[in-house]
Amino acid sequence: MPVLEHRPTAPVPSWLPGATAPRTDPAPLLPDPSPVRMLGTDELKDQDPALLLDLYRRLVVGRRYNQQATTLTRQGRLAVYPSSTGQEACQVAAAMVLRQDDWLFPSYRDTLAVVGRGVDPLEALTLLRGNAHTGYDPLATRTAPLCTPLATQAPHAVGLAHAARLAGDPVVALAMMGDGGTSEGDFHEALNFAAVLNAPVVFLVQNNGYAISVPLAKQSAAPSLAHKAVGYGMRGRLVDGNDVVAVHQVLAEAMEQARTGGGPTLVEALTYRLDAHTNADDATRYRGSDEVTAWQEHDPLLLMERRLRDLGLLDDAAAAEASEAAETLAARMRAEFHAEPVLDPMSLFQHVYAHPTPQLLEQQHQLAAELAAEAER
Amino acid sequence: MTTMTPTRTVTMAQALNTALRDAMREDASVHLLGEDVGRLGGVFRITDGLAAEFGEQRCLDTPLAEAGILGTAIGMAMYGLRPVVEMQFDAFAYPAMEQLISHVAKMRNRTAGRLPLPITVRIPYGGGIGGVEHHSDSSEAYYVATPGLHVVTPATAADAYGLLRASIASDDPVVFLEPKRLYWSKADLDTTGAVEPIGRAVLRRPGRSAVLITYGPSLPVCLEAAEAAVAEGWDLAVLDLRSLVPFDDATVENVVRSVGRAVVVHESTGFGGMGAEIAARVSERCFHHLAAPVLRVTGFDIPYPAPMLEHHHLPGVDRILDAVAKLQWED
Repeated sequence: MPVLEHRPTAPVPSWLPGATAPRTDPAPLLPDPSPVRMLGTDELKDQDPALLLDLYRRLVVGRRYNQQATTLTRQGRLAVYPSSTGQEACQVAAAMVLRQDDWLFPSYRDTLAVVGRGVDPLEALTLLRGNAHTGYDPLATRTAPLCTPLATQAPHAVGLAHAARLAGDPVVALAMMGDGGTSEGDFHEALNFAAVLNAPVVFLVQNNGYAISVPLAKQSAAPSLAHKAVGYGMRGRLVDGNDVVAVHQVLAEAMEQARTGGGPTLVEALTYRLDAHTNADDATRYRGSDEVTAWQEHDPLLLMERRLRDLGLLDDAAAAEASEAAETLAARMRAEFHAEPVLDPMSLFQHVYAHPTPQLLEQQHQLAAELAAEAER
Repeated sequence: MTTMTPTRTVTMAQALNTALRDAMREDASVHLLGEDVGRLGGVFRITDGLAAEFGEQRCLDTPLAEAGILGTAIGMAMYGLRPVVEMQFDAFAYPAMEQLISHVAKMRNRTAGRLPLPITVRIPYGGGIGGVEHHSDSSEAYYVATPGLHVVTPATAADAYGLLRASIASDDPVVFLEPKRLYWSKADLDTTGAVEPIGRAVLRRPGRSAVLITYGPSLPVCLEAAEAAVAEGWDLAVLDLRSLVPFDDATVENVVRSVGRAVVVHESTGFGGMGAEIAARVSERCFHHLAAPVLRVTGFDIPYPAPMLEHHHLPGVDRILDAVAKLQWED
C-alpha cells in the first residue's frame, strides 16, 4: 500500500460558505474490512528468510518468557503478571519495527515488547515484581514506563512525536494498548491531537476480544476499532494479529508513513489472550473452552512454525536453537528472580521532587528514627 | 514587541505576559499550549502577542481537550521541552486531573528520578468576577493533596512575574494558580532582579495583635480588613503564603509565635481545605504560643454560587473582623 503523502481533500458543496465544510475524503483512510494476512499467502515467499527466522525465534523466546513470568507469580516471585500469551506476534513485531531512536509507549501487558526492545527482563518486570515502579531508564531505552491507567500513555506518545518533529528528528512513537483502552477518553484525545498535529505516531490496538471479562461487543459498536481512525482523519488498518509477518509489515508501513511526514495510523490487530487477564483472574467465568481451543489452533507461534516448515525455511536444528535461547532466558529469569530484591526504605523520599520539601525532610527523619529503633530491638 | 524598561507599573495580566515572553526569549525549549492561546492571546489575554513573536508552534492552539493538552505536554517534556500549559478556567482543568495526578505528579518518582517533567500548568482560579457556573472554582485543595506537585499562587503583579519565572525554571511540575479577579490589579514591576525560589511566604503587613494568613485572591481583602481593624484597636499582621507546596512552615511559625493569634483566610470551601492544613500545622507547632484556637474564614461548604449571590459566599472584611473578634481577647 502506498504511503499517504497528504490528506486527500473532499469536494466542498458550492452553497456552503466555508470553515465548517468537510475537509477530507474518507475513502483512502478506511481499513480494508478483511484483515491483512501474510502467512497464508504467496507474498510470504518474497520476504527475507532471515527476517522470518528472526521473527520465529523471537516468538519462541517470547512464549517462553510469558510462561516463565506466569510461573514466577505462582512462586510468589512476581506480584502479578498480565500475560501476553497468544499475543506474542504483536509484541514481537512492535519491538522489531522500532529504530533505536524511536520511542515505545507500552501498557502493562506489553512487557514482552519492552524486553524485545532490549530492556533487561529484570528491569522490565520491577513494576510487576513490586520492588520498584519503573526499573529501566526511559530516556536511555526510549521506552516509556509501563502504563497502567488505560490509554493515558497515548497522548504522551503524541506529544513526544510532535516535539521530535519540531526538532526535525526522524523519530516515531509507537503507542500500544488493548481493545478496552479504546473506550477511554484519552484514546480519543490522543488520536485527535495526533491527526491535527500530523504527529509521527502509530497506535497499535491489540484487540484480544476482552477487557478483563467484558467482550468487545459491550465495549464498542464500531464496524471495527480500526474504523475509528477515519473519524480523526487518519488511516486505519486491520491486521491478523496472530500473523507475525503481517503485523510486522503493517506496522513497518505505518512507521515509515509517520517518519516521512504522512502522519499517524491506527492499527487494529485481531488477537487473543490465551491466558487469563492476570494470574488473579478466572477466565472460565466469562469465556468457553471451545473458544479458547479454537484460538489455540490459531496460535501465532504454531502458525509461524507450520508455515516456515512448509516453506522449508525452518528445520529441527533452527527450532532447537530457538528453543535453547528461550530456555537460557527462562533460566536467567529463574535465577535472578529467586534472589531477594534489595530494598531501601529511605528511597521512599527520593525523587518526589528535585529537592525535598521541608515537610518531606521531617518525614524522612521520622522514618530514619523508626528504622533505627527497629534495628535496636 | 518592544523591550520593556526595567521598572514600570503593570497589571498582573501584563506581568504574567511579560514573564512568559522573557522565559520564551531566554529559553527556546519553553513552549506554550492551550485553548485559544494563539491568535486570540487567551481569553484573559495572558498570551497576547506571543504567537506573533514566537510563532504558532511555540504558542500552540490545541484542540479543546484538557487531558489531551496536558498529556501532549508530558510527551513534549519527555523529549526535552519545557511546556507551559494554559487551562482556560479552574473548573475546565478537571478533565486533566488523571494526567496531572497519575503522570505529571508521579513521573519523576515512578522513574527513580530519570524522567523529571518540568511542566507549568497555569490555571486562572477563584471567583469575584461575576462568572457564571463553572468559572469561579477555587481548586487548590485538590492540587496540594497530590504529592509531586508544587502549587503556587501570586497575589501581586510583581509576584506573578517572579513566581511564574521560577515555576517555568523549576525542574518539577508546578500548578500555577492565577487569581483571576486580581488580573487587573497593578503594581510596580522590576524584571531585572534575581528570580526568587518557590516556597517562601512574605509578610505584607507587620502587626502585633494577630496574623491573617492568606494567599492569592484573598490578600487584598485581608489587607483591607487589617486597615479597618485599626479602628477596633487591633494591629493585624498579614502573611501572604505565595507557595502552598512547598509550605513555608518556618515563616508561619515565626509570625504566629510573635503575635500568638492567627486567622486563616481563603475563599475556597473550608472543609478539608488548605485552611484546615494550616490550622493543624500551626496548632501542632505553636500550641504553647497561642492565646486562642486558630480560626478559619473561608467560603461556605457549597458549590460555587450564581454570580449575583457570590458576595455572600466570599470572605469579606466583616467576616474576617468577626473572626478576629473571637480570638479570646478577654483572656
